[in-house]
Amino acid sequence: MSLSDFVPLIPEIFLAAAGFAILLAGISLGQRGVRTMIGAAVASLGVTAVLVVLFARPAVGPTAILGDMLVVDQFAVYVKLLVLAFSAVALLMSASYLERAGYGGGEFSSLILFATIGMFIMASGANLASLYVGLELMALSVYVLVGYFKLEIKSNEGAVKYFVLGAMSSGVLLYGISLIYGTTGSLDLETIRLKLTAVPQDNLTLLLGLVLVAFGMLFKVAAVPFHVWTPDAYEGAPTPVTAFMSVGPKAAAFAMFLRLFVIAFQPEVDTWRTVLWVAAAATMIYGNVAALTQDNVKRMLAYSSIAHAGYALMGIVAASAAGLWSVLMYMLVYGFMNLGAFGVVILLESKGYAGETIDDYAGLAARHPGAAALMLWFMLALAGIPPTAGFMGKLYIFAAAMEGGYVWLTVIAVIMSAVSLYYYFRIVVQMFMKDGSDAEPATLIHDRWTEVMIAVCAVITLLVGIYPGPVVNWAKGGLQALGMG
Amino acid sequence: MQYDFHYGWLLNLICYLPLVGALITVFFINRENSRAIKWFATIITGVDFLISIPLWFLYQTDGAEFQFATKMDWIPSVGAQYIFGVDGFSILLILLTTLLGFISVYSSFTAVTDRQKEYYIFLLLLQTGMLGVFMALDFILFYVFWEVMLVPMYFLIGVWGGPRRLYAAIKFFLYTLVGSLLMLVGILALYFYNAGGLAAIGLAGLGNAPSFEIPVLYQMAPMLPAGLQFWVFLAFFVGFAIKVPMFPFHTWLPDAHVEAPTAGSVILAGVLLKMGTYGFVRLSMPLLPDATVKAVGWIGVLAIIAIVYGALVAMAQKDMKKLVAYSSVSHMGFIMLGMFALNEPGLRGSILQMLNHGVSTGALFLLVGIVYERRHNRMIAEYGGLAKVMPLYATFFLVITLSSIGLPTLNGFIGEFLILIGAFNHSWVWALFAASGIVLGAAYMLWMYQRVFFGELTNDKNKDLPDLNFREQWTLIPLIILAFWVGLFPNAFLRMMAPTVDRVLERVAVAMPEDQSAAAEVAAIAAVPDDHHEDAGE
Repeated sequence: MSLSDFVPLIPEIFLAAAGFAILLAGISLGQRGVRTMIGAAVASLGVTAVLVVLFARPAVGPTAILGDMLVVDQFAVYVKLLVLAFSAVALLMSASYLERAGYGGGEFSSLILFATIGMFIMASGANLASLYVGLELMALSVYVLVGYFKLEIKSNEGAVKYFVLGAMSSGVLLYGISLIYGTTGSLDLETIRLKLTAVPQDNLTLLLGLVLVAFGMLFKVAAVPFHVWTPDAYEGAPTPVTAFMSVGPKAAAFAMFLRLFVIAFQPEVDTWRTVLWVAAAATMIYGNVAALTQDNVKRMLAYSSIAHAGYALMGIVAASAAGLWSVLMYMLVYGFMNLGAFGVVILLESKGYAGETIDDYAGLAARHPGAAALMLWFMLALAGIPPTAGFMGKLYIFAAAMEGGYVWLTVIAVIMSAVSLYYYFRIVVQMFMKDGSDAEPATLIHDRWTEVMIAVCAVITLLVGIYPGPVVNWAKGGLQALGMG
Repeated sequence: MQYDFHYGWLLNLICYLPLVGALITVFFINRENSRAIKWFATIITGVDFLISIPLWFLYQTDGAEFQFATKMDWIPSVGAQYIFGVDGFSILLILLTTLLGFISVYSSFTAVTDRQKEYYIFLLLLQTGMLGVFMALDFILFYVFWEVMLVPMYFLIGVWGGPRRLYAAIKFFLYTLVGSLLMLVGILALYFYNAGGLAAIGLAGLGNAPSFEIPVLYQMAPMLPAGLQFWVFLAFFVGFAIKVPMFPFHTWLPDAHVEAPTAGSVILAGVLLKMGTYGFVRLSMPLLPDATVKAVGWIGVLAIIAIVYGALVAMAQKDMKKLVAYSSVSHMGFIMLGMFALNEPGLRGSILQMLNHGVSTGALFLLVGIVYERRHNRMIAEYGGLAKVMPLYATFFLVITLSSIGLPTLNGFIGEFLILIGAFNHSWVWALFAASGIVLGAAYMLWMYQRVFFGELTNDKNKDLPDLNFREQWTLIPLIILAFWVGLFPNAFLRMMAPTVDRVLERVAVAMPEDQSAAAEVAAIAAVPDDHHEDAGE
């Protein structure tokens, strides 16, 4: 290991430095200067994005660094840029929210930056140990973020539940990793793959290891039956944090999922496929059906995010090139449409937890047609109706599953998509078809930053929906790095 | 040659003009200025109709299969393209769509008074969606338009509809969404069979370049294994049959029709239902010939049930709009029966009847809407002797009633007659039931007419009802002209659709037993007086 090994790591190093600087500055500012802190954090995310692109070096191909602990390839670059964008959007949406609630911005911003570093490592880890460290860095930051509103009991409750269950799942994951290490003698993903190829083992230890790692990952992406933390954590967390954790960590977890299973455990595909097939089907069915009866919008979006994890799992089950890039593409699509929807929720939360029940949306179209139209757009996108990006994302996932021969899984997915329309449209019905005279309507706050971010999400959702070519090509670029192009 | 790219811009213009109009309304017209909103929407749809007329004259029956085409790369990585193109069949439906679009906008001036801006925006968006369905020749593009149009329709029913509008709107949306999503699975199965295959379930593909292009997939139809055809046909069938709607899937229709505002019903009956039958003729039959031939028996049964059941239920209705809605179920059964007779007269009659149903039922909904606007009541029992106070209205209603029940010289006669010939050629049982449907149709329509217009003027509330005003007359006159035109000179319409009919039957004939296919060919040659040639693209 030489000093030049650290050069491709400059984005992460910069981000860590920026995180500490903001943390220190935030202590001296206290509750003031929320926007300064967030502005600084977003600026450092922007600089990091430039650094990521500069050190990407697609011509060189995948570069292993730090003694093969990390790898810099197109796949990692795609995921990194994606989570950077998600973090930036979530930060910008949280400014007015933090101001209203009276919490400082320094700690908050630095936690998001640290979580982002964790996600970077998850995206580019080439070793089970480094992947685990990245995962924990991300998870610990998010536990704290969920409990960030320390005076709100709901926030505390969500954080504790998330932490206890999350810690347990990390333990399960770690145990699975140790079993895999025990059977293959290595933590290096490439070595593991070669070992598994060379000796197709049907020993129970390996099987157990694979299953436990799968369980751990299913927890992180909030798949059934490891989803129980999701609704409470999502509901309790400050809404911008909910927005963030429903997209960024999820995208990173899926990236890690892909690297582990589709690449490293590829030789054992027939072993783990069945587990994930069942998990995908159960996740889609349970997430969508449970969302039907939710009256709290954040809980509903939590179940919806469970359901979307189910769709994305279909791409992993397919375990093909198409499955892989369709998951990458889906993470982008899902991220922006979900952030947009949460943006509208944030605007509606004028005080406390208002704007959270579906009744708060009654008559929104009459009073704020713009906000209602955007919310409608995001609901259509989440339901997968063209011409939104949500449709294109689902199309590729379904196509990948069909190509892999998973016709019944696809049929379950399409029927569940139709079910999902019902609960997304409960909000639409409130907005457009109730006049809000019977309910106490929540008022919309005005915040330029959030509004601009919602518009950005809407534009991306539209552009990807009508002309997905460039994004598809970009996602496919990630595959070539993994040798599946 | 399969495509003729001349005037390709014309189709794009027709399709996207309403969308542009909607965007202009969103951003540049104040919501208070309802006059400007109304007239702008009227002008947009009017111009859209006018620019669609040249399609009729420029279409060459002996030319390429799809004309006015546009073909561009769209999502190259999966082989989806942006392809627009029309043949005579789709031109007829496009003209119907633009005409009914204009009429429904023009008829809404006084019927819709609240949230007018959104209303006209949704009507314009709906127009683009429907036109796109009839123009798209790439499966993904087709699917996009197919679903896009659900959203404005949902809002038209859900916001401006009757008392049970929320239920009706979501029912409509969910029914059609389930159908279309299953159709998507079918589309993907065809796509993969044409390309790499579905190796995991032991289905080797043909190894062609991945493509969603419908005319390309036509060519692989004869090679599709029967098992795959069955499943894909089933997936398509659910999607299209819900839209038509065919017998067991029809329950959304009365709800949606009754709750929708008048313009919504006109478009629902006139155009949306035709998307289902269009799907059968454009996709199911030519793409899945083997499954089509095998499905004839049970689709015939379902169609006959729809004809008889729809007519009987219509007869029992007390609400005029519900009566017309159930009559649609019956009439659409006719269209399906003619189509799946799989012979020349049947298919021609079926296509012509799609047009006729749009004209007659569209006009009936307009007429019911007119009296509903005056009285806010649609119960037949509330009326009686209306001919005395509204003579002009009664006359218009009579003409349309007669057109709907198939009186000679009016449009319904030609369509039903052809369908009967087709059904008879297939089996005399079909013809028997079809004929009984016509008798029942005449019964419930004339009975309603009698109860509403004749007799004494019993209800005092009806004494001072004003007759049709200028605007109302002009929403109906184009449809009445069309009814007579089709009735008196059907040949122009039959000539337009002849190339499509031949091609579809030719593609289906691949799967027919020898003797039948030969018979169909002979019938095809004998029955077509036109001088068009074999499709060079085949």
